[in-house]
Amino acid sequence: MKEIFEIRWHGRGGQGAKTAALLLGDAALSTGKYIQAFPEYGPERMGAPVQSFDRLSDKPITIHSGITNPDIVIVLDPTLMKSIDVTDGLAEDGHLIINTHKSPDEIRKEFNIKGRKIATCDAYKISEDTIGKKIPNTPMLGALIKVTGLLDFEKMLKDTEEKMQKKFSGRPEIVKGNIESMKRAYEEVKQE
Amino acid sequence: MKKGWKELAIGTQITKPGSSEDFKTGDWRTERPIIDFDKCIHCLICWIYCPDSSIDVRDGKIASINYDFCKGCAICVEECPKDAITMHSEVEFEK
Amino acid sequence: MKKIVVAKTGNEAMAEAMRQINPDVVAAYPITPATEVVQIFSGFVADGRVDTEFVPAESEHSALSACVGAAAAGGRVMTSTASQGLALMHEVLFIAAGLRLPIVICEVNRALAGPINIHCDHSDTMASRDSGWLQIYSENSQEAYDNTIQAMKIAEKVFLPAIVSVDAFIISHSMERLEILPDDEVRSFIGEHRKPYDLLDIAHPITLGGLDLQDYFFEHKRQEIEAMKEAKTAVIEVGKEFGEKFGTSYGFFEEYRMDGADIAIIALGSTAGTSKVVVDTLRAKGMKVGLFKIRVFRPFAFEEIKKSLEHIKAIGVLDRADGMSSIGGPVFHEIRSSLYESEKRPFITNYIYGLGGRDIFPKDIETVYRELNEIAEKDEVKNLINYIGVRE
Repeated sequence: MKEIFEIRWHGRGGQGAKTAALLLGDAALSTGKYIQAFPEYGPERMGAPVQSFDRLSDKPITIHSGITNPDIVIVLDPTLMKSIDVTDGLAEDGHLIINTHKSPDEIRKEFNIKGRKIATCDAYKISEDTIGKKIPNTPMLGALIKVTGLLDFEKMLKDTEEKMQKKFSGRPEIVKGNIESMKRAYEEVKQE
Repeated sequence: MKKGWKELAIGTQITKPGSSEDFKTGDWRTERPIIDFDKCIHCLICWIYCPDSSIDVRDGKIASINYDFCKGCAICVEECPKDAITMHSEVEFEK
Repeated sequence: MKKIVVAKTGNEAMAEAMRQINPDVVAAYPITPATEVVQIFSGFVADGRVDTEFVPAESEHSALSACVGAAAAGGRVMTSTASQGLALMHEVLFIAAGLRLPIVICEVNRALAGPINIHCDHSDTMASRDSGWLQIYSENSQEAYDNTIQAMKIAEKVFLPAIVSVDAFIISHSMERLEILPDDEVRSFIGEHRKPYDLLDIAHPITLGGLDLQDYFFEHKRQEIEAMKEAKTAVIEVGKEFGEKFGTSYGFFEEYRMDGADIAIIALGSTAGTSKVVVDTLRAKGMKVGLFKIRVFRPFAFEEIKKSLEHIKAIGVLDRADGMSSIGGPVFHEIRSSLYESEKRPFITNYIYGLGGRDIFPKDIETVYRELNEIAEKDEVKNLINYIGVRE
């Protein structure tokens, strides 16, 4: 693993891009890593394109600049691909993980993407099946772990479950749905 | 002798209560009020209005004016319903 | 002693420290990006996790005024604000310091309008630097937490108020690894509340804040000046004790790879962290570079800074605020002043950067080091005042 692994999340305001970054950071911390997780700074607007970021490392992280050359880009909403160049600054051998029902090959052709490793996962369908709503952030966490092997998946599931149980105490169906969505995405993500 | 910064209590505290008693304001006065006790009905209105608490009351009756603190504002003269108080130039009292 | 490792933002870290300090009164008014601090803290109040009387005021001016009243009445008092909020408190800042009330503000460094902006720079706290408040800048969430705890203790040692600050969003909203101390350890570290006096002590009545004219004002100010001098000792004592108890010692500044350095950058806050990455990179290439991070800006450690820096050939001072003096920023002026008496007198240049949240990257800092290197080699300064990352 590189000294510091950098991740950029693309989403729309209200989709949970920030929450996903925080969840990943928190889970990574519980596996002993040093972490940073931060949203794109500024006023948040429902539906507008937003970004959030993670840094993961085995050593203390002191850099506090923005992330401009991520190793991984995750896209929470497929329609963002049309308005934003989500590959901007992404390393040539970096991972691009997209919430879409299309295959990596279809995406590569449609957007003429050179290099990078593309993975796709139909997080909308998975979240509708498991949580009952279009909430792409937790399933995409599952896809991310499968594709990159950044963290121990079982440990991460356990950690996320514990944190969600605190946040959604009294609503076990939400916790169960989210955990299930991560597991399904882990299984169903399509890679090149 | 005023205290130096090393001796003063910190934070602007004035640690002695009622220290305004040490600050006599009577010498601000150019005219002094004098009560005509033949007219005074001891209604205490001057005592209520005096901004410097300089009307002395004893046993519920107006007793005297404290010239250590009276600034000569003449509010008592203005408020007295019996015109029992009049102002007199301080020059009259110089000796 | 068991520390708890958690992931928290700078705002969450400061709110957590406030919870552990358990102040008697918190009076506050929300403002981006410091809103979360009091929002989280008001949650602690609602949940009964602190004994604090929480006063939601109608403005920052009122909030700090309420803090002054509560502290004068003998309470341990804290609040939080940023930018325009601190500016609106400005008048009351001087009153709190003049009355010698050890209030602590958890501050988030945000640019002062205009033009209006919500992002990081240091113009807000720098505009308050002469108000008689201690100022401690934090590099990350951990320091924000550690500094808040120490600030309370330092403030109560010398009876001066203190501001602990973090960079807007960069730290306030960035989640990082944070080690939290046990509640009882924090409480025993800060100890019993020390107050300068007590307005509610009816056995010893006092008058406070009376009109203080030509015959006494100067003496009271002279006391305040002396307290700020004493704060230098308190900062060191408390920073050392913190280290002995909890493992990380703190002082006026942090010297990062300054041993044998020929050139150095001076920075405050999160940029110090980013600079460390660049120092490591350049050291690996054989360049003798170091970073000098200023943690405590008030009181300013003139003698100590002179001693630490006079052997350096060229120094670049990074200022995240311009003093609008036409000749650079506040940190630059004080560093140069510190070195005036030195026989060696290093070259010192100023770099204004990051105004209104403009990001600063390792490559920008590397450029500064390369320019400093050139100054050291050629014995000549081309530009005294420089601006990083502004479009010409």
